[in-house]
Amino acid sequence: MTVATIPLRILIGKVGLDGHDRGVKLVARALRDAGMEVIYTGLHQTPEQVVNTAIQEDVNAIGISVHSGAHNYLLPRVLELLKEQEADDIVVFAGGIIPNEDICWLKSKGVRALYLPGTPMEEIVQFVRGLHETVLPLTERIGTGKRDT
Amino acid sequence: MRETQERKNPFVSLSGLPVARLYTKDDLKDWDPEHQLGVPGEFPYTRGIYPTMYRGRLWTMRQFAGFGTASDTNARFKYLLSQGQTGLSVAFDMPTLMGLDSDDPRARGEVGYCGVAVSSLEDMERLFDDIPLDQVTTSMTINGPAAILFAMYLAVAERRGIPSDQLDGTLQNDILKEYIAQKEWLFPPEPHLRLITDTIAYCSEHVPTWHPISISGYHIREAGSTAVQELAFTLYDGLTYVDAAVNVGLQVDAFAPQLSFFFNSHNDFFEEIAKFRAARRLWAREMEKRYHPQNPQSLRLRCHAQTAGCSLTAQQPMNNIVRTTLQALAAILGGTQSLHTNSMDETLSLPTQNAVTLALRTQQIIAHESEVANTVDPLAGSYFIEQLTNQMEEGAREYFQKLDAMGGMLNAIEEGFPQREILEASQRYQREVDKRERIIVGVNDYTEEKYHSIPLLRISEESENTQLERLTSLRTRRDCAKVTEVLQAVQQAATTRRNLMPYLIDAVKARATLGEICVALKEVFGTYQESAVL
Amino acid sequence: MENMEVLKNRITYGDVRAVSKLITMLEAQDPFGNAVVKSLDSLPSQASIIGITGYPGAGKSTLIDQLTTCYRAEGKKVGILAVDTSSPRTGGAILGDRIRMQSHWSDEHVYIRSMATRGHHGGLAKATGDAIQVLEAAGYDVILVETVGVGQEEGQIIDLAQTVVVVVAPGLGDDIQAMKAGLLEIAHLVVVNKADRSDADATVHALRNWVSHVIPTIALNGEGIHAVIDAIDAHQRKIVEQHTYRS
Ligand SMILES: Nc1nc2c(ncn2[C@@H]2O[C@H](COP(=O)(O)OP(=O)(O)OP(=O)(O)O)[C@@H](O)[C@H]2O)c(=O)[nH]1
Ligand SMILES: [Mg+2]
Repeated sequence: MTVATIPLRILIGKVGLDGHDRGVKLVARALRDAGMEVIYTGLHQTPEQVVNTAIQEDVNAIGISVHSGAHNYLLPRVLELLKEQEADDIVVFAGGIIPNEDICWLKSKGVRALYLPGTPMEEIVQFVRGLHETVLPLTERIGTGKRDT
Repeated sequence: MRETQERKNPFVSLSGLPVARLYTKDDLKDWDPEHQLGVPGEFPYTRGIYPTMYRGRLWTMRQFAGFGTASDTNARFKYLLSQGQTGLSVAFDMPTLMGLDSDDPRARGEVGYCGVAVSSLEDMERLFDDIPLDQVTTSMTINGPAAILFAMYLAVAERRGIPSDQLDGTLQNDILKEYIAQKEWLFPPEPHLRLITDTIAYCSEHVPTWHPISISGYHIREAGSTAVQELAFTLYDGLTYVDAAVNVGLQVDAFAPQLSFFFNSHNDFFEEIAKFRAARRLWAREMEKRYHPQNPQSLRLRCHAQTAGCSLTAQQPMNNIVRTTLQALAAILGGTQSLHTNSMDETLSLPTQNAVTLALRTQQIIAHESEVANTVDPLAGSYFIEQLTNQMEEGAREYFQKLDAMGGMLNAIEEGFPQREILEASQRYQREVDKRERIIVGVNDYTEEKYHSIPLLRISEESENTQLERLTSLRTRRDCAKVTEVLQAVQQAATTRRNLMPYLIDAVKARATLGEICVALKEVFGTYQESAVL
Repeated sequence: MENMEVLKNRITYGDVRAVSKLITMLEAQDPFGNAVVKSLDSLPSQASIIGITGYPGAGKSTLIDQLTTCYRAEGKKVGILAVDTSSPRTGGAILGDRIRMQSHWSDEHVYIRSMATRGHHGGLAKATGDAIQVLEAAGYDVILVETVGVGQEEGQIIDLAQTVVVVVAPGLGDDIQAMKAGLLEIAHLVVVNKADRSDADATVHALRNWVSHVIPTIALNGEGIHAVIDAIDAHQRKIVEQHTYRS
C-alpha cells in the first residue's frame, strides 16, 4: 500500500455530558463511506479518555462533538493533554453548537476546524481527506518516548 | 405540454411520504367522518380533546427557561410571567440532567450552561423564590433523576405550607425516549421504569392534578426521525408505561387521565397537523382496545409541543423567526394544549431575553391577531389533511406490529431497532440536503458570504463559582450523620418494592444532594452502557 | 540501524506510543516495521493468547471487558486486539468494539487496539498476528483477540490463539447443525452469553451434546465469568503440559 491508500484512522466521539449524537453518527458514517477507519468511542467521554484512546488507536485525527456549551473548557483540555503526551501531531476538529466568537478563539488554541449544525457532510469529509497531505511518514511520528522513561 | 410539467418528481413530504398533485374525494373513499372524526371532546378525539378548544381557553404559552444559578433563572421566570407567559418550564443543566452535583469533576465546564444547576433542596428553593407554586403550573424537563427533583419540588411546597393537591405541573420523566434518542440515563431500564411507576403511583395518591410523565416524541424527532416514527415510538412508549403501571397494580383510570405527551412541531406544515390529529385518534383507539378504561379521560391524549430546534440554522439566524412561526401555527392547528416556541438564537446558545420575548410574542400574535383560534379544528374534512392523518395512523400501526413482534419496547431498544430506524431516516435526510434535493434557505441555497452576528447570552464564570460556593457551604452546614442515615434508608427501600418517593423526599429535606442520592441508587440499581447503533 | 534499536527498546519497555505506532506500520506493511517485528521474534514470551470469536452481537466485547477485570485483579497486564470488517466497497470501517470495553480506560496496564480487516478474510486483519507479537514483546501477560462476528466462515483465529472461546447467544436452534463443521470445531470452550434470557438453558443443553465445555454467562453483570477464566486457565495448563511432554 502506498501512503495514499492506507486508510486514515479517525477517532469520532462525544465529550461532555450531553447525548446529542445525531451529528457524530452521520459524520462517522460519512467518513467510513469515504474509505476511512473510524474509531467510534460513543458518548460521555472525558478529555482524558479521548486522548488515551487516540494514542492507543494511533489515530491521525480526533473529531469531537459538543452540544452542551462546554466547548471552551473541553476542547482546549483535549489539546493540552495531547501536548502533554507528545501527541500533538494528532489533528483535532470539532462540531456542535459553537458561537462564532468561540470558533475564532478555539482555532487560535489549535482546534483545526469547527463545524456548525447544517454543515454539508462533504465539507467535513474533504477536510479530513486533506489530512492525507499533512500526514508525516510513519517513522517521523513516533515521538521521543522520553515521556515514558 | 408546459402546463403538465412539474417542478419536481416526485414530490415528497419532509418525512419522505409521496405527495400527489391533487387530493379529491377518491382519496377518502371509505372514509366515514363519524367514525374517523367524531366531534371535538369525544372519541376518537381527532378534532381535539375539548368541545370548545381554544374558544374556551387559549393554549398555555410555556417557554422553556433555565441558565446559570437558581437565582439567575428565578429572575428570568419572573420576567416571563410579567410578560404574559402562563406557565413555567424549567431547563436544567447537563450535570443536573445526568444526576451529578455541580462540584462533580465531570460537571466541569457545564455548570449552568444548558440550563439551571440544581444540586440540592436549597437550589430548588431559590429557583422558585417568591413564585406562588399553587398559582402557576410548572413543567420540569428532567428524566434520569426526575423522581429526586420532583421530591425537591414537593419539599419546597411543603415548607411553604402549600398542600400537595394544589400543585399543578408536569414532570418529563420519560426514560424510554432517552434510550431511544437523547441518551441521558442513570440506570438500566428496569429500575428506571420502577422509579417512573413510583412517581405515577405517588401522584395518583398525593398530587392528583400533577402530570407525572410527559411521554416525549420531541427528542426522537430531533434525533432525526420521521413524523411517523416520532408518532409510533412515542405512543408505543406511552403504552409501555401504562403496562408497567398496570403491572404494579394501579387501575388504569387512576393514572391514565394524568398522562401527557410532548411532540415536536417541524417544518412540513400539513404533515405536522396530521400528526397531532392522528396521535389523538390512535391513542384513544389503542387505550380503548388494550385497557378498556371506564373514565373517558383515560382516552384523551393531551400534549405539549415545541417547535423544532433541529430546523434552526446558525446561518442567517433571523430566518429562524419565520420557521418558528410556521411550526407554531402547525402545532396550534393540530390542537396542542401548550406550546414552546424556540428563539432565533438557539442554534448558537441559550436564548437572550430579547430573543425569548420575540418567541413569546410570536405565539401571542398567532393567538390574538391571526384569528386561527376562533374555531375548532378548522382543517377537518380537507381531502389532503384527512388522507395524511390516515397515513400517519397506519404508518404508526405498522411500527406497533413490529414492536409487538419484538416483545415490546425494551427488547426493541436492546436490539437497537428504534435507534437504527431513526439513524437511517436522519441519514436519508442529510443526503437529500447535501445533494440539494431539499433546500434549506441560507444553508444550501440563498446563502450569503456575510456572517450575521446576533447578540448571544453568555453564562458568566461567576455563576459557576457562586453555585460551587453554595454547595460547599451546604455541605458544611448540614447534619452529616442525618445525611448518611437518609441515604441508607433510600438504598434500603430501593432493594424492596416499596414506593421510593417518601424516602427521596426525606433525603432531600435532610439536604442530601442530587449527586449523593444518585450514587446511592447506582450502588443498588447499577449503571447502563448503550448498545451503540452505527 | 540505530532507529530500529531505539524502537525495539521502547517496545520492550512497554511504551504505548511505540506499540501503537509499530502496529500502524505493520498494518501499512511498512518495511521498517516488518524489520522491527522480525527482530522481536527472538524475545521470549509467556503470554496467553486467547481468541474470542462467535456470531455478531453475541457479547464478545462485553465479555472481554469482564475478563479483563478478572485478569487485572490477578495483576496481569492485558492487551486487546479487536478486529472488525472493512467495507469491501469503500475500504472504510466503523470500529466500535471499544465502546463496550470502557471500564479500563484509565488503567495503564490495559491496551486496546481496534483493527480493520482491510480486505483480509477469516475474521482477522492481515497484521493481527504481528500485532500479537508486538504486544507479547511489550510485556502483556494476556492477549485477548476479538475476531469479527463470524458466521459460516471458519475462523483463522485458531492459527494465532492458544485458546479459542466461541461466544454465542441463546436461541441458536438449527444453527447448531451449521456450527458443527465450523465454529464448534475450533472451540476449546463455548460460552452461551445472555444467560439472563429464558431460552439460554435450552441452548446450553443442545450444545453440550457436541462440545464438552459449555459455560453460561451474563456478561452484562459478570455472572459466570470466573467459570470462563477457570476453563481458559485449565486449557492453558493443558497446552503447557503437552508442550513440556513433547520437548
Ligand atoms: N441481555 C444481555 N445482553 C447482553 C449481555 N452481554 C452483552 N449484551 C448485549 O449484547 C449487545 C452486543 O454486545 P457486544 O459485546 O457488543 O457483542 P459483540 O459480540 O462484541 O458484537 P460485535 O462485535 O458487533 O459482533 C449489547 O447490546 C450488549 O449490551 C448479557 O449477558 N445479557
Ligand atoms: Mg464486539
